[in-house]
Amino acid sequence: MNREEIIKQENKVYSRPRLLDDNYMHYCPGCSHGVVHKLVAEVIDELGLEDKAIGIAPVGCAVFAYNYIDVDWIEAAHGRAPALATAASRLNPDKVVFTYQGDGDLAAIGSAETIHSCCRGENIVIILINNGIYGMTGGQMSPCTILGAKTATSPYGRRADLNGFPLHVADVVASLEGTCYVTRQSVHTVAAVRKAKNALKKAFRNALDKKGTSFVEFVSTCSSGWKMSPEKSNKWMEENMFANYPMGDIKDTTANESKS
Amino acid sequence: MKDNVKLMKGNEAIAHAAIRYGCDGYFGYPITPQSEVLETLEALMPWETTGMTVLQAESELASINMVYGGAATGKAVMTSSSSPGVSLMQEGISYMAASELPALIVNVMRGGPGLGTIHPSQSDYFQATKGGGHGDYHLIVLAPSTVQEMADFVGLGFDLAFKYRTPAMILADGVVGQMMEKVVLPEQRPRRTNEEIRRQCPWAANGKQGRGKRNIVTSLELDSAVMEKNNERFQRTYREIEANEVRYEELYTEDADYLIVAFGSIARICAKAIEDARAEGIKVGLIRPITLWPFPYAAIEKAAKHVKGILCVEINAGQMIEDVRLAVHDSVPVRHYGRMGGIVPNPTEILDALRREIIEPSAK
Amino acid sequence: MKDEIIIAGFGGQGVLSMGKILAYAALENDLEVTWMPSYGPEQRGGTANVTVILSDRTISSPILDAYDTAVILNQQSLDKFESKVKPGGVLIYDPYGIHHAPTRTDITVVPVDAMEATIEMGQPKSYNMILLGALLAKRPDVPVEAVVRGLKKALPERHHNLIPVNEAAIRRGIELASKE
Repeated sequence: MNREEIIKQENKVYSRPRLLDDNYMHYCPGCSHGVVHKLVAEVIDELGLEDKAIGIAPVGCAVFAYNYIDVDWIEAAHGRAPALATAASRLNPDKVVFTYQGDGDLAAIGSAETIHSCCRGENIVIILINNGIYGMTGGQMSPCTILGAKTATSPYGRRADLNGFPLHVADVVASLEGTCYVTRQSVHTVAAVRKAKNALKKAFRNALDKKGTSFVEFVSTCSSGWKMSPEKSNKWMEENMFANYPMGDIKDTTANESKS
Repeated sequence: MKDNVKLMKGNEAIAHAAIRYGCDGYFGYPITPQSEVLETLEALMPWETTGMTVLQAESELASINMVYGGAATGKAVMTSSSSPGVSLMQEGISYMAASELPALIVNVMRGGPGLGTIHPSQSDYFQATKGGGHGDYHLIVLAPSTVQEMADFVGLGFDLAFKYRTPAMILADGVVGQMMEKVVLPEQRPRRTNEEIRRQCPWAANGKQGRGKRNIVTSLELDSAVMEKNNERFQRTYREIEANEVRYEELYTEDADYLIVAFGSIARICAKAIEDARAEGIKVGLIRPITLWPFPYAAIEKAAKHVKGILCVEINAGQMIEDVRLAVHDSVPVRHYGRMGGIVPNPTEILDALRREIIEPSAK
Repeated sequence: MKDEIIIAGFGGQGVLSMGKILAYAALENDLEVTWMPSYGPEQRGGTANVTVILSDRTISSPILDAYDTAVILNQQSLDKFESKVKPGGVLIYDPYGIHHAPTRTDITVVPVDAMEATIEMGQPKSYNMILLGALLAKRPDVPVEAVVRGLKKALPERHHNLIPVNEAAIRRGIELASKE
């Protein structure tokens, strides 16, 4: 039996989002990127932004995001996605520009671009996949690596005296006047995925409505980098990452607006 | 006085010319001696007239990557800086060359290395012409020697950048950036409409609208065979530029016994030295490369056949001289004269150097 | 016609703006002109100079090492530029604060008591215009009317109320230098 014979319209309960390409993804089993890609594709489609969206891809595991989500893309230099997004958005105000970045890209080498884009209140969506590690280069410590976590460059666990403290970048950008919406989400359960999708949709709406910068952090797993099974990674994330990076909205100025 | 003749600094002329070209966006960061570009644009408020975006970025790194982002959407975008800032931009320039994006970068050079001095220099010749960032690439490099050329090369730089889909650079220096002289600004052109951009730049990542198929602007290619093909395509473009776009100026070369080769501001100081020499009966000519890349090898090779020696005058330790030597294949002596640290040679020094190095080298 | 001029003094004395007004006057008078400042981080107190070349022909070098005319506002600048005035040239200086007066005899040396005059006029900000007037007296490259038109272009509009004061200072400078 082939795929077409098994999957019929009457028994179909789920399908790949229209804007998610039928390409073989290079992500590891258990990685959060696949789910977040799916959400991005769904949200862009549901908001009718297929022709308007411009994505800025990072350097990191998501460098090939442009091969998976069927919108226009620009591949940035490491950390510079918000700078590219700034210009792409200002020069094309009729478009919706988003960045898709990992924690090494966004919070280390690109920290200045992140902070200043948020500070200027660029009408863009910044998506952060925070798995507390450099996945693509082989599991090195990132600014968001939590204390005690073992990585290739903190083999005995991150120590504050040696390596400093984890950077809570969402809290940093929430303190800036240019951000309208800052939220922390995850995609490790069905319920979390549903919540996360709503958050992402709100962020894209904000960009469309020129409300300022929306920052959506996905606290994520990296089974390969963490050297754990996907299942154990989810558990470890809940037990350790969530304590450092609590779930939920950190800032939402648009909520106040809609109430008033 | 004609109404369209203005008196302004070279840096100011760049700003005016950018608006009049119909430039879509300028992204920059303050650094002496070029801050007047950003200051003038902010004062002229072009967003109120042509709709041009002007943004002071948080760094030169951000500036060049804003240019990268804007250029990737097909817009005519530019930045300006001075030497240390342009060093910071090299990564982004390499990415734009590899992504085949048109853009304009202005370097109003100051003396280095390091933080160096704020005074004029031409010591970024190697960086500009030999690919200052990583990888096999070239920029189209234009060297203005007058405020008029500062204005004119904005349009020329953009036109060439779009024609060949590669970044262009105006390599100026503190002299031509800071000095005021007369300039006739180009006519105001409208900015291209989005429809025009879609026609001119079918490759741009400006939303799938009307195209049906997504555009991806990237410099990444992990398949070496494909990456080699990409490089071969870049090189074909560079050969085409070399064949079509060499520009230079000749002065008094017809009867010259000696030749000076100089670019940018120092070329006009050499012109004064040549006037003084000719008043003494010494027949000196000047070749001023206008495009530093592509370099006018053939013109210099031809001129070298009729002269006894060539003096390269640069405000550096001797950089362009390497290209002049490549052009003349040791057929005549080629010597360097220059000053460093932000000191600009004056006409007397240049004439003395010509006597010492070229006319009477045996007397040394 | 060609006049290669150096104006030099302390930053804040109006050296660059004196040159700028002269340059705008040249523009008004359809002459070719270059204005090349010694730019630096210093705004006040440091040395500043500007080379202004006026010509009825295309100007090659904006940077020179010999000048037809020098306008000197402090001792350091006098020390630096006295020897660089071409034989037969003109050196205008304000004796105020000068301990070693110019000694050359092959050039026309014109002392102008500009500081004294500016105090007398109660207009310290138009100090440089007195010296510009002195320059115009000795080197009538451009008519005073062109300079007044140049003032309008060189000064931001909010300072246009100062134009009559500046014009008076220019005329006082012409008077002072004509006595010499």
